Amino acid sequence: MESNLFRYIWRHSKRDQLAILLLVVVSLPFYFMSLHLPKQIVNQGIQGQGFESITDTQPFARMYLPFGSELFGEPLLLFEGFSLQQPGFLLALSFTFLALVCINGGFKFVINTAKGRLGERMLRRLRYELTDRLLRFRLRSLRRMKSAEVATMVKDEVEPLGGFIGDAFVTPAFLGGQAITAMAFIMVQSIWLGLVAAAILAVQAILIPKLRVPILRLGKQRQITARQLAGRIGEVIDGATEVHAHDASNWERTELTSRLGRIFEIRFEIYRRKFFVKFLNNFLGQFTPFIFYAVGGLLAIYGQLDIGALVAVIAAYKDLPGPVRELLNWEQTRNDVQIKYDQVIEQFQQTDVLPPNHQDPHAEIPTLKGTLTVSGLSLTDENNNRLLDQVAFEMPLSGSLAVVGDATSGKDHLTQVLAGLTPPSGGSVRAGEQDLTRLPEAALGRRLGYVGPDAYLFPLSVRDNLIYGLKHRPLAPPERDDDARRLHAWHTAEARRTGNIDYDPEADWIDYEAAGVEGPDELEARLIEVLHLVDLDRDIYRFGLGGTLDPEARPEVARNILEARGRLAEHLAKQGHDDLVVRFDRDAYNPNASLAENLLFGTPRKPEYAPEALPDNRLVLDVLREAELEEAILAKGLSIAQTMVEIFADLPPGHPFFDQFSFISADDLPEFRQLVQRAGKSGPAALPEADRKRLLALPFRYIEARHRLDLIDEGFAARLLDARRALHQRVEAEDPEAVAFYEAREYNAAASLMDNVLFGRVVYGRAEAEETIQAAIAETLEDLGLHDTVVGIGMDFNVGVAGKMLSASQRQKVAIARAVVKRPDLLILNEATAVMDGATRAQLLDRLLQQRGETGIVWALERARLAERFDRVLVLQNGRLAEQGGFAELKDGGKALPELLAAD
Amino acid sequence: MGLEQEVEVLRRIPLFANIEPARLKLMAFASQRMTFKPNQALCREGEAGDAAYIIVEGTADILKDTEDGPVKVAQVGRNAIIGEIAILIDVPRTASVVATEELTALKITKDLFYRLIADFPEMGVEIMRVLARRLEETTAKLGEVEDRLRRAERGG
Repeated sequence: MESNLFRYIWRHSKRDQLAILLLVVVSLPFYFMSLHLPKQIVNQGIQGQGFESITDTQPFARMYLPFGSELFGEPLLLFEGFSLQQPGFLLALSFTFLALVCINGGFKFVINTAKGRLGERMLRRLRYELTDRLLRFRLRSLRRMKSAEVATMVKDEVEPLGGFIGDAFVTPAFLGGQAITAMAFIMVQSIWLGLVAAAILAVQAILIPKLRVPILRLGKQRQITARQLAGRIGEVIDGATEVHAHDASNWERTELTSRLGRIFEIRFEIYRRKFFVKFLNNFLGQFTPFIFYAVGGLLAIYGQLDIGALVAVIAAYKDLPGPVRELLNWEQTRNDVQIKYDQVIEQFQQTDVLPPNHQDPHAEIPTLKGTLTVSGLSLTDENNNRLLDQVAFEMPLSGSLAVVGDATSGKDHLTQVLAGLTPPSGGSVRAGEQDLTRLPEAALGRRLGYVGPDAYLFPLSVRDNLIYGLKHRPLAPPERDDDARRLHAWHTAEARRTGNIDYDPEADWIDYEAAGVEGPDELEARLIEVLHLVDLDRDIYRFGLGGTLDPEARPEVARNILEARGRLAEHLAKQGHDDLVVRFDRDAYNPNASLAENLLFGTPRKPEYAPEALPDNRLVLDVLREAELEEAILAKGLSIAQTMVEIFADLPPGHPFFDQFSFISADDLPEFRQLVQRAGKSGPAALPEADRKRLLALPFRYIEARHRLDLIDEGFAARLLDARRALHQRVEAEDPEAVAFYEAREYNAAASLMDNVLFGRVVYGRAEAEETIQAAIAETLEDLGLHDTVVGIGMDFNVGVAGKMLSASQRQKVAIARAVVKRPDLLILNEATAVMDGATRAQLLDRLLQQRGETGIVWALERARLAERFDRVLVLQNGRLAEQGGFAELKDGGKALPELLAAD
Repeated sequence: MGLEQEVEVLRRIPLFANIEPARLKLMAFASQRMTFKPNQALCREGEAGDAAYIIVEGTADILKDTEDGPVKVAQVGRNAIIGEIAILIDVPRTASVVATEELTALKITKDLFYRLIADFPEMGVEIMRVLARRLEETTAKLGEVEDRLRRAERGG
């Protein structure tokens, strides 16, 4: 990358820079005209200079050829002008003024927009180049970088460059021109005063930048410390578990404080120096007029200098300090951004990057066949330690090979070298005729599959993670309407202008052929197949049941689910299990649902309608008050509090029963005890507002069938149903988006699939109710052919940041499935099942080996015993190949493998 | 049936006769009331046990699996405590218990059971008494069976 910021800017934006410069030059005459005009309006237009009488006329807008008299000896008239009387003349001048205001404003608008656009384009180019390099860094280099620091560099540190780039050439040209003009004018008036002004200017121009050098150095430090702070904060978040597990939060606080202190120290030093420079700059700026007044004045008194000339010099000088100061500021900004640029570029300047053609999406991708021949393979780390030493073996590309060894055996390095992720220090890896170490990433990434021990999942849906390995380039353009097409064309043109990649992110990137399918529907079926292969389909099915569905986007599925709702009811009735579910009924209180749920009779869409938020919800309280239920619910709250205080009284705090059974936590119990006493004395109605709120919150969580405190009688239930209806009306009228109400014949978009099928609550206290209902739901969905649909919805489940919403085992399964979906010629696994339990691992291994088809497998195994399933076994020791052969052969005749097996 | 009534029911069970009402209330609150339909199993022989039951209402047969299919060895009814062996000594269920009519029982999970015994030792003593009585009955039956066996051998 270009190390000089100016050369970088000039190379990529010279045309735009020149265009802006030209615009500025063109705008100048209009600007000077507008400066001159007010005087003319006052003198001629209003005071009537040149007008003899009210009827006299003067020519308006008469134009002579510039320098006409010099060229032709006499002025050459270009335009006669209009003859106008004074009022007309005034109006003409005024309108000219207005027109000039518009023209100047217009110029300013166009120039500023152009500058802004230029800056943003350059910024976009720079950021793209940085990310492009990032994507071409070798893994080895990336391991030394902190993600948060890199993110700060690309996002924040280059940001000021955008503002500067538009002014990079225009400002010095413009301000420099102004300063030189003013200087020349002073020189013309008095050469001596001019020289004095020039001398002081020179002092300013030399001294000030010198003084600013330490400020810039400090600025550099500030940038680095701020970047490191970002990195540290990233570390604290990444290591949050460790921070908490080791009670290291105070150490982290102190560490961060010391960094903040360092930043403060640097900043304070910068301020001190900056304001001193400012002071000096102002002083020097005013020192020149002092000399003019004092020296020039004395000269004038003694008649050495014409007073008129002195006044003219002072007047001309008025225009000098402004541009000079701004030029000096510009110079400082320039240095500042140059430093920022240097700092960022330095991090990205490494030479160990993949050449761009290695990632060329249109590269020819050869299929790997024949024999995998590895010979003399060596790998050393930066300290010249040998990680792999002369490893050589052969295997057919359709075979299966296990690599075993202890933690220092180098088996993980071997898999990474085979997968092309780490370039070997020596030796070769050939697949048939192909030299794998020379094949570009574009080929290796498609023909090989690699799964490491802690595979990363992107915070997307399960599905998007699974098809991640199928997206190499856009294959089919998306459908767009005219507006969208225009917008897209504009985006593409801009991308090309700034050297960005011009692919369409909304195109269909999925390489269906690579997955061995025809289109999206087949792919979905294939994904489900692969999920089954890695034993993840049941988990995803459960996600699907807990997932939601947009009935407008997929009306057919919503209809099917509604059908399943009816079928489930029939199914349960037929089996005599009808009594295991109490369905939602607008006109009945459901004792198996909480009071909050009974009141709302719907799924909250907004957080202020969540069960725990209802006691604070103004609208809900209003409705309860109108239905005269507030006191009744309060009384129930008191009743719950009394019961809790009574039965939990003897239990020590921290007893697990509190968590399991109580409405009230052990910490709050004493407070509730007092509250109950107060209520006993004064009656619940007289309690203060805060107490009432606390009591009111209790019954909302109360489930009659589960907690069995006999709080809901028929009368109360009937009144609550009235309140339910009233609340429904109020919500529909005032906040219709807040709640998705239960409707027997409608799909509830806010509720889970499972809730939509069940449309009710499983009865408490019936033996095997939950299991029976689960089985009945599964059977109903299966009967209606909805199993795959549910798995499909499960695949919409977002796996969270780094897949943290999944268990470690599930994450690895998704990662293996992701590698399998793209049907690689060779699947390389590096302790990919280490986090799974024994049974799951064995099952997964068996299934993958049985159903791999023509795909070869190289698997660095965490346990030697697992190698029994493979055609061949490599045993590594300290980076060397100790022995190789069939499992049985090595187990009996070998040395290293039996040792490993014994240690297993 | 509400909590208060449940406490009344519990109080009538000899096992809990001597326990304070507030504690019975806690127990009733913390345990789960389950209803079983006729022929539904409270527990099945051979399965791992995670809960004991106290029958509040209804009757159940205790069945042992034999080569000729399940054989009824006893009938239990109201106030009986069942399934406690499996949660006391971590063995699979020693017999199946199947409801013969609509049955209501309090389900006491293993965790709750141990907590109650630890918190209220008098309950532990009561349970020992129940188990001792059962042992005594079993021993008597065993003696009877041995007696019959001996007579049958002599006769044969």
